[in-house]
Amino acid sequence: MDLLEVENLSVRFARRDAPAVDAVDDISFSLDAGRTLGIVGESGSGKSQTVLALIGLMAANAQVSGRASFEGRDLLTLSERALNQLRGNRIGMVFQDPMTSLNPFLTVEQQLVEPLRLHRKVSRREARARAIEALERVHLPDAARRICRYPHEFSGGMRQRVMIAMALVTEPRLLIADEPTTALDVTVQAQIVDLLRELNRECGTAMILITHDMGVAAGLCDEVMVMYAGRTVEHASALQLFAAPTHPYTVGLMNALPRLDDESGRPLAAIAGHPPLPGEAIEGCAFAKRCPHAGEPCMTTRPVLRRSADSEDAWRACHLPAAAAVGDLQ
Amino acid sequence: MAITTSPSQRMRDGFADAPKTKSPLALAFSRFARNRAALASLAVLVVIGLACYAAPLLIGRDPAESDWSAIAFPPTLLGGHWLGTDELGRDLLVRILVGGRISLEIGLLGTLVAGVVGVTYGACAGYFGGRVDAVMMRIVDMMYAIPYMLIAILMMTLFGREFHLVVLTISAFSWLDMARVVRGQTLSLRTREFVDAARAIGVTPWSIVARHIVPNLVGIVVVYATVMVPGIVLTESVLSFLGLGVQEPMTSWGVLIQDGAQKLEAMPWLLLGPAAMLCITLYCVNFIGDGLRDAFDTKDY
Amino acid sequence: MLAYTLRRVLWAIPTVLAVITVCYLLLHLTPGGPFDSEKGLSAAARANLDAKYHLSEPLWRQYLLYLAALVHGDFGPSYRYVDWSVNDLVAKALPVSLRVGGASIPIALALGVLLGVIAAVRRDGLADRVVMLLGNVGNVLPPFVLGPLFVWIFAILLKTGGDHGWLPAGGWGGGDWRYRVLPIALLVVINLSTIARVMRASMIEVLSSNFIRTARAKGVPLHRIVLRHALKPALLPVISLLGTIAISSITAAVVTESVFSLPGLGQLVVNGAINRDYTLMLGLVVLTTVAAVFLNLLVDLAYAILDPRIRY
Repeated sequence: MDLLEVENLSVRFARRDAPAVDAVDDISFSLDAGRTLGIVGESGSGKSQTVLALIGLMAANAQVSGRASFEGRDLLTLSERALNQLRGNRIGMVFQDPMTSLNPFLTVEQQLVEPLRLHRKVSRREARARAIEALERVHLPDAARRICRYPHEFSGGMRQRVMIAMALVTEPRLLIADEPTTALDVTVQAQIVDLLRELNRECGTAMILITHDMGVAAGLCDEVMVMYAGRTVEHASALQLFAAPTHPYTVGLMNALPRLDDESGRPLAAIAGHPPLPGEAIEGCAFAKRCPHAGEPCMTTRPVLRRSADSEDAWRACHLPAAAAVGDLQ
Repeated sequence: MAITTSPSQRMRDGFADAPKTKSPLALAFSRFARNRAALASLAVLVVIGLACYAAPLLIGRDPAESDWSAIAFPPTLLGGHWLGTDELGRDLLVRILVGGRISLEIGLLGTLVAGVVGVTYGACAGYFGGRVDAVMMRIVDMMYAIPYMLIAILMMTLFGREFHLVVLTISAFSWLDMARVVRGQTLSLRTREFVDAARAIGVTPWSIVARHIVPNLVGIVVVYATVMVPGIVLTESVLSFLGLGVQEPMTSWGVLIQDGAQKLEAMPWLLLGPAAMLCITLYCVNFIGDGLRDAFDTKDY
Repeated sequence: MLAYTLRRVLWAIPTVLAVITVCYLLLHLTPGGPFDSEKGLSAAARANLDAKYHLSEPLWRQYLLYLAALVHGDFGPSYRYVDWSVNDLVAKALPVSLRVGGASIPIALALGVLLGVIAAVRRDGLADRVVMLLGNVGNVLPPFVLGPLFVWIFAILLKTGGDHGWLPAGGWGGGDWRYRVLPIALLVVINLSTIARVMRASMIEVLSSNFIRTARAKGVPLHRIVLRHALKPALLPVISLLGTIAISSITAAVVTESVFSLPGLGQLVVNGAINRDYTLMLGLVVLTTVAAVFLNLLVDLAYAILDPRIRY
């Protein structure tokens, strides 16, 4: 059975004096135990809202619909109490900004030990030992001595490691990481990506990784789902997606990546235009206005996510044949 | 069928349908207009203001005039004295309205003086920055530590209780908050990117101040001014309550309240009338202040 | 930390000195001396007074003499109550003010924090509106209105058999607890609204911060989030507020003691002003300024102790 199965997840925000915003629009995916899924898209594509909806951390005015089955239970219908028993326990989460995501008034030890004391019956000493172990697993130097320090005494990269340790200390089955490397230096980014890969391999923790950085997704994920304007446009294995993307948007994203081996001297390729504004009504395909191949059905009918003709495990939502987009890949 | 316009052209067409946004000031105005409590308060205040100045003339009674046929009467709707009279037969309503003139005038004048001083001081400190700012703020810190009520009491007893002196005494310590707030805002504005950008394209310092800093100050100054008014009216009332405010024959709400507090057992309406008036006025100013603060607050978008 | 404290204390000295000097000059340079209203003094009596209060010496000399005595903790003799020194008067009045004001602050703090937290957690709900409405009461009804209202309700309207009100209308009653209830209640209500409002705003802001989101993602239940994760950071602005409240307590004390006829420091201030009792006024100004500075310093230190990010 799949560890996580999401069906038709939608998140809508009602607004006063303005049309409602469909932040997440009919997303479906599933995740097996031990696998990593990358969710890729621009800012505002709904990636974060998708996972926030899964663990129940939405804003008060969010209307969530659909089904999200984790270990057989629908997360979207659980009470706050039941969710609290899963969060930090079977599902761990790492957030984007390590500088503000740790409580500055509590020591690292206190924050690491907390999920253990909450969700497991362990003594204080045992919890401390496990916390130090977790820190060592994320390669934090001198863990035993530094565990009683406050977060502001650590650098950004180290704080992110602490966050990861904190999410993993209860050995969750699923780890969700929302842009874990975005706020960090490039060299530190690489270290964190390596760390996550190592943890996935050694502990068998399933992961959902949200990023707008294609390189990070490529280095870490088994499958990748590309989102645009709250909708899925393409979903395939990482190998397939990066070798032969079949959606014009994905192709556009790949082309926009600056490459060291490009000696043509061409200007950087950007995708013309901008994503739909929040609350803007969309007819047809959300990407149509920016798509170089847009045809008549694209402007009027919303494309449905369908299995690709060529491969079992690739999905795309596009009216055009796959070949049309692949041809643009530079 | 292929689309013949380019993606960028399509995008520009799309933009033409994008919702038009208003300027921040217009936005603030419309948000304020939507705040019913604030609008109602504004209306009530206007009514009170008009009443204080016009009504005594309409009623035709003098506040010092004694009606010997109606001594110590409780409020009655029929007959002349709507809010009752005191032990000398003076009509309470008229006294409250006339006293209101003084309280309101002191409130507005005091706010004006304290506001001007505070804004100037704060803007200078924030704009010049560095040592000038440090010294100026040190002085403010020192003044904060001084128990101004004691000094105010002292000054009232030493210099007499003439109207303008009362205003000056009260304003002397009320400008500190405004100065601090304006200084903070000026400092942060001065170092913001758009100022750097303006300077980079060659805008003169004076133009920067006029077009970038001042409009951003307006919001916060207006909000703080409304916060200051109740404080100043209250300070005057406290001084009057202690017998150290404006002198006879002038009266203010504070004086009337003190009078009423002393005669509480026999004539409770003497306290309730002016107290209610004072509190309604303060409440309205608070609502307007809240409304203005919400209207100018950009975080709620 | 030590250096910071020392620096603050050092800065306090010129402040106090400046205040003393300004007040001293104000008092002595304005027309009308303290004894002008005493009519029919014999020349001998006048001479005695002059000698006792050094009135015939040049002003700068009087000033320095005053400062010298001050350093020894001697505030000088009262001008009005001829047999008493200012120290005596203050010693008599201080306990009264402390037992009323001193008791009200912890109560206001505890209640204010509680109400503010409740309002923040149940934001926009019924509890929030009720709390904010109550909060506005203390803000809009000034103490000199609220005080007489309390007196009216509890001492005049509500009667326990016979002619006695529930609580006495005023006076000190030698420290009987009944005489303290209304003044303390008044002071609590005044400060409660500000504390509750600041606590609510601060708690709302903390609850929307990233580290609280992390705590929620760890499955920490609400009560633990509020008590263990949010309370400490949210308390910081309230601590800062205590400094302001300390200073405004002086005004509040003056009004409260006037309303309830309590023989405390506030009464001394008003009487001293009316009687032109120079030494008394000066003494009180010095005392309150020093107290204000000291309290502000305490507040800043408390802030630094609570927030692990601040290390001087």
